[in-house]
Order: sequence, then C-alpha cells, then structure tokens
Amino acid sequence: MVRLEYYLILSAILFATGTVGVFLRRNVITMLLSIEVMLNAVNLTFIAFGRSIGSADGQVIMFFVVTVAAAEAAVGLALVIALFRHRETLNPDVFTSLKW
Amino acid sequence: MLRLIPLLPFVGFLINLSLGRRLSKAVAGAVACLAMFGAFLVSAWSVWTLVQMAPDSRGIVDQVAPWIESGALSIPFTLRLDPLGAVMVLVVTGIGFLIHLYSTAYMHEERASEYARYFSYLNLFASFMLVLVLGANFPVMFVGWEGVGLCSYLLIGFWFSKKSASDAGKKAFIVNRVGDFGFLLGMFMVWVQFGTLDFQAVAHQAGQLPPEAVFGTLSIATLLLFVGATGKSAQIPLHVWLPDAMEGPTPVSALIHAATMVTAGVYMIGRNAVLFSHAPETMAVIAGIGVATALMAGTIGLVQNDIKRVLAYSTVSQLGLMFVAMGVGAFAAGIFHLYTHAFFKALLFLGSGAVIHALAGEQDIRKMGGLRRELPITYWTFLIGSLAIAGVPLLSGFFSKDEILWKAFSGGHTTVWVVAVIASLLTATYMFRLVFLTFHGKRASAGSGEHAAGASHAVAGHDQASGGGPHDAHGANAGRLHDAPPAMAIALIVLAVGSVAAGYIGVPVVIGGSNRIEHFLAPSFEPPGSEGRLVSAETYRAQTGAPATAVSPTGAVVSPAEGRAEAPPTTAGASHAEAITSPEAVAEEHASELKLMAFSSGIAFAGIGLAMFFFLRRRDVTDRIAARLAGLNRVLLNKYFIDEAYDAVIVQPIYRVSERGLWTIVDAGLIDGAVNTAGESVGGWSAVLRRLQTGSIRAYALSIFVGVVVILGYYVWR
Repeated sequence: MVRLEYYLILSAILFATGTVGVFLRRNVITMLLSIEVMLNAVNLTFIAFGRSIGSADGQVIMFFVVTVAAAEAAVGLALVIALFRHRETLNPDVFTSLKW
Repeated sequence: MLRLIPLLPFVGFLINLSLGRRLSKAVAGAVACLAMFGAFLVSAWSVWTLVQMAPDSRGIVDQVAPWIESGALSIPFTLRLDPLGAVMVLVVTGIGFLIHLYSTAYMHEERASEYARYFSYLNLFASFMLVLVLGANFPVMFVGWEGVGLCSYLLIGFWFSKKSASDAGKKAFIVNRVGDFGFLLGMFMVWVQFGTLDFQAVAHQAGQLPPEAVFGTLSIATLLLFVGATGKSAQIPLHVWLPDAMEGPTPVSALIHAATMVTAGVYMIGRNAVLFSHAPETMAVIAGIGVATALMAGTIGLVQNDIKRVLAYSTVSQLGLMFVAMGVGAFAAGIFHLYTHAFFKALLFLGSGAVIHALAGEQDIRKMGGLRRELPITYWTFLIGSLAIAGVPLLSGFFSKDEILWKAFSGGHTTVWVVAVIASLLTATYMFRLVFLTFHGKRASAGSGEHAAGASHAVAGHDQASGGGPHDAHGANAGRLHDAPPAMAIALIVLAVGSVAAGYIGVPVVIGGSNRIEHFLAPSFEPPGSEGRLVSAETYRAQTGAPATAVSPTGAVVSPAEGRAEAPPTTAGASHAEAITSPEAVAEEHASELKLMAFSSGIAFAGIGLAMFFFLRRRDVTDRIAARLAGLNRVLLNKYFIDEAYDAVIVQPIYRVSERGLWTIVDAGLIDGAVNTAGESVGGWSAVLRRLQTGSIRAYALSIFVGVVVILGYYVWR
C-alpha cells in the first residue's frame, strides 16, 4: 500500500511542471499540453484522496474532469488552427492585438 | 345632456387636431362652426328647460363622473346649469359661434394646415370655457380656468414666428399663472374653512355665517380668489397682459380677450356671491380696484394709436366697471353688463378686424380715416357698437352701465360712483375718437412721403413670412377697399342687432320695465334652497340699494349637498333686514334713479361731443393741448410706465439672478462641475488602469495564477 503522501508529492510535482510549462513555453500547443498535465495532476489528487477515505467520489469527479478536458482540448486545438491560419505562427506573444 | 355642451367643441377640436392637415379649409371651418352651433343648440335647449322650472329651484345637474376621491376630499366631475350659468353659456356658445363664422372669412388666407390649427385651438378654447362656466365646484372650474389660459396662450401666439406675438403669449400665460396661484390658494382656504369645494355647499355654509366684521379667514380666502380674478380679467395690478394680447388674430381678441375669457373673473365672483358678500373688506377692495382700473385704462385708451389697443384698454376699463358692480354687491348688474358687453365689444373687435382686413394689416388709426364710404357695413355696425358702449340711451350698454352706476350711488359708494362716471365719460370719448379717426375725415396714409413709406413698410411687415397677418394679398393701399365678406358681415350684423336689443331683458323698473334679468339671476347669488325668499316686485324695488344677497330672515334652509333640512341661524341676513320701506321712500328713490339715468345719458352725449370737438372739428386744438401737456401725453402713451416698472422691479432682478447666479454659478458651476468632475475622474483612472490590459496571454495567466495562490494562501494561513 503506497502512502497518500507519495501520491500528493507526485501530484504537486506534475502540477508544478504543468504550471512552469504554461508560463515558459512559447508554443500554444505545448501550453495546452501543459494545461492537460496540470489537470491530470489534480485528477491524481482526487483519486488518491478518494481511495484513502474509501470513497468513489474522487473517481466520479475524475471522469468529469477528463470529459471537460477533452472538450477543452477540442476547442483549444480548433483555436490554434484558426490562429495559425491568420498569423503563420504559434507564439502566444504575437497575439496581443486585444488590448487597449 | 349638459356634458354635450363642452363635449361638442372638444370633438371639433379632436377632428381638426387629428385630421386638420388633410381637410380642406371649407371642411375644417365647417366642422368648427358646426361644433359650436351644436353646442349653442344644446345650450339653448338646456336653458329653455331651466326657464320652465320654478324660479326658486332652477338648476340642472349632470354628474359626469367621480373624479378625486381621497379621504374626506370628494370631488365629482359635475356640471351644473343655473340662471347665472345659463347667461354665460348662451354668451359663450352664441357669440362664440358668430366669431367662429367670422373667422372662416378672416383667416382665409392662411395655409390649410394653419387654418385647421386655428380652428382646433378655437374649439378647444370654447370647450374649456364651457367647463369653466358649467363646473359645479372649484376644481372643475379650475380645469376650465387653466384650459382657457392655455388656449389664450396658444392663440395669442398663433403667429408664433413673429417675436412680439410669441412674447405676448408668454407674457399672458405667466401673468395669468400669478393670478392662478392666488386662485389655488383661495381654493385651499375655502376647503380648510368649509370642508367642501362644491359651490352650492360653500354658499349654503357661508350663508349661515354672519358677515365678517374684522379681517379674517373669509376675507383672506376671497381676496386670494380675487387675485385669481385680477389675473384672468386683467385688473390692476395684473392687467398688463391684455393689451399685448392683441398680437393674436382679431377674432381671437374678440372671443377670448373681450367677450368670454376675460370675464371669467367677474363670473367667478358672481358664482361665489354669497361667499364674497360675507367679506365686506374684500368687497371694498374689489370696488376700489375695479374703479381704479376703469379710470386708468380709460385714460390710456384716450391716447393710444393702435385700433386694437384702444379696444383692449376699453375692455380693461369695462371689466373694471363690472368689478365695481361686484364690489358694491350688485352682482346681477355686473353680470348684466358682462352680457351686454360681450355683444358690443365682440362687435367692435370684429369691426376693427374688418378694417384691418380691408387695410392689409394696418392697425394705426393715424393712417386711417375716411373709411365710412368704402366700408359701409363695417362703419354702421361699428358705430352701433360704439353708441352701445358709450351708454347712449335705449342701447344695451346704457341699461347695464346705468344699472351699475345706480347701484354704486344708491349703495352709498359716492367716491366709487364719481370715478366710475368719469370712466364712462372717458369711454364715450375714446370710443368716438376711434370712430372719428378711423371712419371720418380723410385717408392719411396716402399723404406725405414719410407716411407712405411707413404704410408700405407695414404691408411688407405683415406678410406670411413674418407672420404678421394674412392680408398681404389685398394690396389695399392702391385700389378700392372691399368691405367685409359675407361671413364677416353676417357676424357683424347679428352682433349689431344684439348690441341694440340685448339690454331689453334688463330694463329697470323705473322706466316701465321689470328688470327680468335681475329676477332671473337672483337665485344664483343667494344660499341655495333658501325658501320664503322675497321675490315680489315691491320688495325688489325696496331692496335695490341693499346687496342682492339678502337672506330671508325666516324659513328652513335646505342644503342640497347634504340633503337635510335645518333651521337657519338667527344671525343670517340680519344686516339686510331692511325689507320694509314706505311707498314715499320708494317714490323718492325712483325719482333719484331717474335723475341719475338722465345724468348718465348726459355723460354719454358729453363724451361723444368732446370727441367730436377734439378729434373731428378742431384737431389743431387737440394737437396744441397734446403739445402743452407733453409730459402727461407721454405718460399715457407709455401706459403709466407700468410695463417698464414691472420690468425694472420684477423681470430684470429675476433675469439678473437667473443669469449671474443660477446660470453661471449654480448650473454651470455646481451642477455641470459635479457632472464633469465625475466624468473626468473616471477618465483619469481609466487611463491608468487600462495599462493592465496588455493583450498578452502569459500576463493574464500569471495574474490568474497569482490570484489563486493569494486566495488559497489566505484561506490556508488564516
């Protein structure tokens, strides 16, 4: 039986990796991937807690998150395609026209 | 049935208002005239029904709708016709119809849409005036009171593109508002005092009180009501609007500013005769103001050069005389004069309109003269009107004016009587000055170069573009003048017949008449339902001196408002209990009344003679006197500088305070300042805060992340 702390530590490492990825990578697709990593870190936390207190709720929520993440990925990738068609680049620092 | 009387003109108003643009002139005029004629027929039928009733209980009530219900206050929208209302209704609808008819010809050169607008206003006016006359309580009367003020404004400013006309309209409206405020306050006082606003209920309650010996609530209430009357009826100090109101079309001056609306104040006092006669102080004020106004307006009328302005001052002066009658308690005489005055003054105004029509908008009597041959119908009708107003025996004005003078004299108001006699001498003089300058002598306008230039300027100034008048097409200065067209001639002739005959319903007892109008009107000036009233001719002769509001000393008083009989208080009418007079005293009184009658006829002829001497035979003498008394002449020409005084004392200070204080400091400084500061501070902060919107996704993500960390941190380490 693996102890809860190990899951949480792994989850924190994954979440931090994802966060750093979102901030540092200069490619929109990589940023989306990093967000998926963050989401899955959270999923891992839910399941670990659910298992430790003997409840299935964590797994139920995990399924919701996976569903939403799939939808988000679909929309996100569609946006990426649209953006690429306009600007021939995927560097998010180029898309700054929505400002004052 | 009564509600039809104001409703018919209102329907005419609605038709001309909504469809006026698409109707031809003939249809628009016919709709308006038919509406008035219908109202006249209904009125005549109602009055006929009224006359059939028993003399003491004449009254037709039409409960139209409940109107204001709030706690103890209950004001139904009720119309009531009684003898006083009957006289007024016939005057308003009858003369109103004739003036509508006249207008169809007078306004003929207006565009069709303007023509319909004119008639819609005229119908609306008639409708409100009839509400005013028929209203059975103060608020209903007030609806009409305000409505006629509105229509007066609209019609004075009918040619609103001319600045003087729109200014005159505003002046009339604002001055009237001052009076209306007094009327409202008076109404509130009546409500506080009596707890009701129904005329009959107020009269019933007031009839039970003794006349007020010292200045008290009743005096204040009636004085405030009288302020309303001075506004509407152009008495000192609120008379200034009426002469300016002559900027409106001439038929409007005839209908509103001579025959009907301006008499509303007199009518209102007559309607509340019982209330007013219980406030002797107010009555004295009314008589004083009336006689002062009559004298002042008469002297101004003597020197004015605008044909309509002379008539306007004549109206003010005659209204003053009516107030004298009201003030000395001769309510029937005042209403009688109101009724005859409506005929001859409408006639005179319409006659002046015919002159102006023929002369292409010329109104200056110095440029007229010798029109007698060219405008025969106008001349003869105008002459009849002038004879009637001057008080020449056997014409209508004689009977009514003589009645007022006699009542003032026999009531012991000698000073008032003397001034009123002077005022009627002036009336005869200025009216015949007008007749002689306008119709006799030679045409002056074709004379010197200066005059010709002035005349052509007047014609040019009165074309459609400047809105001065509809008569530019006549080009009258050149060829022959044309007399009044048929529609105008009919109105003039009917009114001339009326000016002669209208007085015969009030022939005094002393010269073989029976003064029917006084008997007819008497119930309206007494507390309702007072039985056992002394109505025989004998007692009337005895009472001619006493105020017409004598209350019977005995008999039950029934209040129709409360529907229960109660015994009258012993104080009621105690002061008027001088009903029994010996036959010798009656004969003596008759002798003095006859003497006075002869005297006032003499005054009328003297006035005409003076005018004939000064303005027909010896113009040189007049000019010399005018030159000798240049100062006085200037004062009179400038109407005693009252307009200037009001301008300096009231208008300019308000203007200064408004411009320097309210406008620059309060409005531009405080209010605009606050609004602008609010706007500018938002703009300033926005300039700083909008830098946060960088458009960079990375920055947004960072801020969201930091925000989540901060919020979570707060909850974790709290």
